[in-house]
Amino acid sequence: MKIAVFASAAVIALAAGLGAAAARDQIQVAGSSTVLPYAKIVAESFGEAFPDFKTPVVESGGSGAGIKQFCEGVGEDKIDIANSSRAMKKEELETCKANGVADVEEVKIGYDGIVFASDIAGPDFAFTPADLYKALAAKVVVDGKLVDNPYTKWSEVNAAFPAWDIAAYIPGEKHGTREVFETKLLDAGCDKDALKAAGVADADVAKTCVAVRKDGKAVDIDGDYTETLARIDSNKTGIGVFGLAFYENNADKLKVATVGGVAPSTETISSGEYPVSRPLFFYVKKAHIGVIPGLKEYVEFFLSDDMIGPDSPLAQYGLVAAPDAERDEIRAKFEAGTTM
Amino acid sequence: MTDAALPNSAVAPAAPAAPAAPARRDFGLRRRHAAERRFRFYGLAAIVIGLGFLAVLLFSIVSKGYTSFVQTSITVPVEFSADIIDKDNKRATDPRVLVSANYPVVARNAVARALGISPDDKAAMRDVAKFVSDGSRATLRQIVLADPSVVGTTRPVTLLATADIDSANKGQIDLSVPEAKRKVSDQQLAWLDQLRQQGAISTPFNWGLLTFGASSRPETAGLGVALIGSLYMMGIVLLCALPIGVAASIYLEEFARKNRFTDFIEVNINNLAAVPSIVFGLLGLAVFINFFGLPRSAPIVGGFVLTLMTLPTIIIATRAALRAVPPSIRSAALGIGASKMQMVFDHVLPLATPGILTGTIIGLARALGETAPLLLIGMVAFVADAPATPLDPATALPVQIYMWSNEAERAFVERTSGAIIVLLAFLALMNIAAILLRRRFERRW
Repeated sequence: MKIAVFASAAVIALAAGLGAAAARDQIQVAGSSTVLPYAKIVAESFGEAFPDFKTPVVESGGSGAGIKQFCEGVGEDKIDIANSSRAMKKEELETCKANGVADVEEVKIGYDGIVFASDIAGPDFAFTPADLYKALAAKVVVDGKLVDNPYTKWSEVNAAFPAWDIAAYIPGEKHGTREVFETKLLDAGCDKDALKAAGVADADVAKTCVAVRKDGKAVDIDGDYTETLARIDSNKTGIGVFGLAFYENNADKLKVATVGGVAPSTETISSGEYPVSRPLFFYVKKAHIGVIPGLKEYVEFFLSDDMIGPDSPLAQYGLVAAPDAERDEIRAKFEAGTTM
Repeated sequence: MTDAALPNSAVAPAAPAAPAAPARRDFGLRRRHAAERRFRFYGLAAIVIGLGFLAVLLFSIVSKGYTSFVQTSITVPVEFSADIIDKDNKRATDPRVLVSANYPVVARNAVARALGISPDDKAAMRDVAKFVSDGSRATLRQIVLADPSVVGTTRPVTLLATADIDSANKGQIDLSVPEAKRKVSDQQLAWLDQLRQQGAISTPFNWGLLTFGASSRPETAGLGVALIGSLYMMGIVLLCALPIGVAASIYLEEFARKNRFTDFIEVNINNLAAVPSIVFGLLGLAVFINFFGLPRSAPIVGGFVLTLMTLPTIIIATRAALRAVPPSIRSAALGIGASKMQMVFDHVLPLATPGILTGTIIGLARALGETAPLLLIGMVAFVADAPATPLDPATALPVQIYMWSNEAERAFVERTSGAIIVLLAFLALMNIAAILLRRRFERRW
């Protein structure tokens, strides 16, 4: 035992010594898996365009986990940038400040569209938020009474739809996408007056609106879009929720549905016509700018039109570029060093 | 003939009224034979089912993945045009222009010329640009930096094709899908045919799959960083876990008195062997990164975490191997005057070595396939640069598989399966090594 203790102590001490001796010269990024592909493209291009700096390391793990890591503190052993598919919450910012991360710069990189798609051989779907609410909510109002969702086929929801069994693969609750799905579709398609008339207390209306049915017709997907695609491959009458970029990469297998009569595309999303989209962000630790080599250059490179403009590699991958004026504003904001 | 005509027939049941003949005792032979046959059938069925699943798994992986071991390349004469690379003719004074020059345009123009497309046809040029990978930037830059005198000359260069063209060349694109929904247009397919007829298209072995780092472009994505990371981690696990594990086992088995305390340790070791690996990841994050301040995403931390995970396996295997050495060996050694330490190191340990090595290799193989603990210490990441030391960021083989399986591009599907084949090959090598070592050194009494 003694030998074991000595040996392990020696190894750990050696490692700690080594770790303290090496200064970090590489940007570390963590966070949203939605932003990950964009951050990867930028990191790779950055490494190629700036041979003096190392290629940044981009971890995946989700917006929440990334922001939590980001807010752990300031220092070489803490990450520099958190990617997020939603805005940082107030509580998260407070945690950040409590841990000494006083100055956080918020950077918006563009928009992501969320689309519904089904197997390419199937019929066209034209959804409205009200249809989706009717098909996927836990409780709906029928004849003035609040009942468990009785619909089992799409044709019962809207006569224009085929008589397919309802099978929807929607993002699980840990995904940032779920929030967009709830606010932009379920909440928007929910007839609040009818709920109130059916006897739901005012305080519960919003919650009832976004409750998703749990009888197996709506399936939470906790993995990535590849899992959703696999589900649709095996169930040809299933309908899945995807990011625009993922759909565009798999357009030979999927048929996209319109929402509110608008087909999703980078144009309709940046103009705001297509209703289901959300901004994507990353957060930068101001205290690390000037300390970690290349951090400032990386952010500036990310924000250049070569990366997030309408004709950039990110736009080709599926990012919806922010309008020209907004991009200028984002760059000016970072240049000025505005913090949250 | 009837049975009655053969009263002494062996098959005739012994008459109870004939005590003279020994009574045919009921051994239940027929029942027992039937039970044995049933059992053999069950056993065989279990093996057939197991092998069946294995065959399905291997078939699906190999059939999807074998194409990833070749990569379409385009060999065309590339004109290193000074107008594009060094417009202001400053390379003599400022060599940096050669680093940041727009090499992808050079590559695109080369393919366009091979196809006879006029540079003024903007739309066609845009489609041609989709033939050569952006990775050509690095290839061409290397050539120019190694020998700046090539600027202004023309020489044939082999460039990687993009993933879409690669898929098209491998026949993976479904041509029944309408052109607008495909990633490769009919025009591009026609050009591909034209290049093929010129002999410009080749499909060499995809060394890049084993040497490149992570990339967002499938054609330049490889397992290089992951292989180095896994290698570092295996090395660290071997260096840390083997001495610690063997020392702990020898002490527990040969020196420690059997009392409550050693029982308590034994229970704990067995418990640790069953702890989910993610728990070790949490521990590693808290101890090695937050307390000792080791860098995130580094193989050294991964190695330590996997060491913790592998230790119980090695201790249990080593103790079993030590226990299998007959007590007579120990008695003989002590009897001729060896000290206890000499007895252990000169007599018991050499005989236990094959068992210890087998246990270690199996432990290492398990550690090689582990992803969950690496997630928490930041090794599930996009790392493009090869790590020079175990303190630089890296990933691991199973992590790379996981990350590729989440990619949207279709070309990553075959690469995911290709990476699985590479991982399986390593696991098979390690397990074969374990069997060979056991065969080579095993002694039976």
